[in-house]
Amino acid sequence: MLEQILVQTVNGLVNGMVLALVASGLTLIFGIMDVVNFAHGDLVMLGGFTGAVTVAHTGNFWLGLLVASVVIGLFGALLQITTLRPLIGRDPLTTIIATFGISLVLQKYALWQFGPTAQNIPQPIAGRFELFYLQYPWYRLGAAVMAGAIIGALYLFLKFGKYGIWIRATTQDRVMAAAMGIPVPLVHTGVFAIGAAMAAASGVLFAPLAAVTQTMGFDFTLRAFIVVVVGGMGNLGGSILAALFISLLEAYASLVVSPSQAVIVSFVALILTLLFRPTGLFVPTPK
Amino acid sequence: MPRTSRTFWIAFVVVVAALAVAPLGLPEFWRKFLTEILIWGLLAMSSDILIGYTGMVSFGHSAFFGLGLYGAAAALLVLRSPNLWIALAVGLAAAALVAMFVAYFATRLRDIYFAITTLVFSQIFYVVIFTWTEVTGGENGLYFTQPPLAIPGIFSVRFSTVSLHWFVLAIVALSYLALRRITQSPFGMVLQSIRENEPRTRAIGYHVERYKIVAVLLSGLFAGLSGTLYAIQHRFAAPDFVFFTVSGEVVIYNVMGGMGTLVGPVVGAAFFLLLREGLSRFWAEYYLIPLGIAFTLMVIFMPQGLLGFLKRRVNQ
Amino acid sequence: MLTLADVHTHYAKSHILHGISLEVQPGEVVGLLGRNGVGKSTTLKSIMGLVRPSQGRITFEGRDITGMASHKVAHLGIAYVPEDRRIFKLLTVMENLRTGLDRGGLTEARRRELLDKVYESFPVLGERKNQLGGTLSGGEQQMLAIARAMMLEPKIILLDEPTEGLMPRMVSQIRDIIARLHGDRVAILLVEQDVGLTLGASSRCYIMEKGLIRHQASSAALKADPSAIHQYMGV
Repeated sequence: MLEQILVQTVNGLVNGMVLALVASGLTLIFGIMDVVNFAHGDLVMLGGFTGAVTVAHTGNFWLGLLVASVVIGLFGALLQITTLRPLIGRDPLTTIIATFGISLVLQKYALWQFGPTAQNIPQPIAGRFELFYLQYPWYRLGAAVMAGAIIGALYLFLKFGKYGIWIRATTQDRVMAAAMGIPVPLVHTGVFAIGAAMAAASGVLFAPLAAVTQTMGFDFTLRAFIVVVVGGMGNLGGSILAALFISLLEAYASLVVSPSQAVIVSFVALILTLLFRPTGLFVPTPK
Repeated sequence: MPRTSRTFWIAFVVVVAALAVAPLGLPEFWRKFLTEILIWGLLAMSSDILIGYTGMVSFGHSAFFGLGLYGAAAALLVLRSPNLWIALAVGLAAAALVAMFVAYFATRLRDIYFAITTLVFSQIFYVVIFTWTEVTGGENGLYFTQPPLAIPGIFSVRFSTVSLHWFVLAIVALSYLALRRITQSPFGMVLQSIRENEPRTRAIGYHVERYKIVAVLLSGLFAGLSGTLYAIQHRFAAPDFVFFTVSGEVVIYNVMGGMGTLVGPVVGAAFFLLLREGLSRFWAEYYLIPLGIAFTLMVIFMPQGLLGFLKRRVNQ
Repeated sequence: MLTLADVHTHYAKSHILHGISLEVQPGEVVGLLGRNGVGKSTTLKSIMGLVRPSQGRITFEGRDITGMASHKVAHLGIAYVPEDRRIFKLLTVMENLRTGLDRGGLTEARRRELLDKVYESFPVLGERKNQLGGTLSGGEQQMLAIARAMMLEPKIILLDEPTEGLMPRMVSQIRDIIARLHGDRVAILLVEQDVGLTLGASSRCYIMEKGLIRHQASSAALKADPSAIHQYMGV
């Protein structure tokens, strides 16, 4: 029993890191421009497909990761410029509906472009090691480490460097940031692109663990929403902790119920958070 | 919107009469399709109360619809002789129960958080219904018989496609009149005032929470009603109807047709369903690409929907 | 250098500015006086592009900047110090300064120069340079807001009520910094409730009432005969 719990802990942490990568993009975007990106999960999906196609042609996983991130990042920038910029100043509900429309288009586009079959990426790190009673794939740990590395890189970028300051300033007070000469519209596009690239990267990291399908986006979006709310909207550190927390909860729950039912645990976590600590579980109580 | 009573009633009677007569001249498939449009139109209307009039975006209408559907299904399966009225009652009761839950959250959460919660809510129901196979039939759904139109002891007559259509038309038309009455009443005015400026409405002295609760209950009830009607028409319930897609489509009907007009969402539903039926013959699922693009563009540039756009044109 | 011609601005549904016309010459310190709510802040915001005028024209150095995006206005050489300071609370003092300093085109030496100048005028900022902006006191935040604007090396600074809520010791520091900026040939459009400070620091003053300029005169004239001030400000 204890071994099962420990194995699930590892699983939860691994899944949590990939989810954290998705969620941090979402919370970054929300924090800076009040956009709840309903299509975020579909960016994950598109990243997965783009990566799969690249790997199929070149045989190189890392190239796939890079290409997917860059392509989807640029695509995200394009998306933001065409559909989200006109919506600045409108209430967040309009953007959630607009991004919902985009999500529909992206899903069906993926169906058209990549066909109805699921796609796979072979694991770049082969082999397993003994984790208690299981043969545990090295890649799972590798994916978690890579996700962590990307998040770490994001953190460093935000903390140091001129553009990091621009992003943080715009997130805190976009009006004043503009008054200081920071090109706010460009910063918005840049952040959306970064968020999209991170989503795409997580799609590629996720692909060797399970297949990439056109409809997987919604699941990611839903999970990411839950993580972002539980972690505190706009709070990067909070969403990482929340992602780990939610994934661990689900992992433990699937010891008791089936995995498709385990998902209810995260739903309940969301509802409880909204009832009792609506600003987020991992956010210090506002004064 | 200011309408002289006479013009409205004339238009209303004409439209209802047309809808009543139409199936007589249509092939079987389109008769049923027309009935279905009415049912989805009712669902769209119910959602308009929240989205269009009160300004509360809900992604959870599939929960209300689904509970109405499964509630009626349960009634029709459990009773030895299926009863129309009991099915309606149980479906409505189930939807009302869910509505009370959602109403509670409506008062405590604002905007996006409410939208996300309704989304999560409908997914909870989906997962429960999907996995609780013993009770709900899981993925395969439930099949049941269609109840007759009956008043026990007096008469009982089976529904034909056309008579069922009339039954549904009657209910939907009455629902429309009821909702119209409500939205044009002082209560409806307060809802719109909440949508325009909630803090000010509260400052004037209205108990915003109470109004929101009633709005959610109303919306949920009529949504549940549409689910119940769907059960009666199709004799089949499946978890797909509780999945988010239904909620998403409802939002599309609302936005495309014109929020806050009651009629708009019905038009939006009809438009979308007809388009889907027509386009899917050529383009299978890909019809959603141009439709989705059109929808997104409408959200950005034509937020008042088709109806609002036409209204402007007519008024010029 | 900066001209406003018949500027009307609406905010939500209120008509705040009813046709403001004023001008600021290079290197001038001009005061904008008036009671609360007459539209002084809105005037500054209209210049800065924070609100868009519905009518009228704003020109800067011959260029029409009416309704221009704020970041472009800043690049032209107009800096803004808002009435609630609005420093970036979650950025350190240094990072706050960098939002202006990092604008590109500055050599390392010039950056050092600007920073030194600011630390000289506001030594407390130098001491606290790695502290978060939100931990500073009100007066220190005001210093930071002004220092941040100075990082842009602007041709004109729009100062909105810099002495509000400050202790007298701080007020005199503000007075000194205005004088210093004036010495560096930076123009200032000063919105203030403190009439004495304004008359002392500026060469000219406008008096606003209900969204319009009601009176303008040299500060010397107003010091000699404050009747207009009494009339429009009720002081």
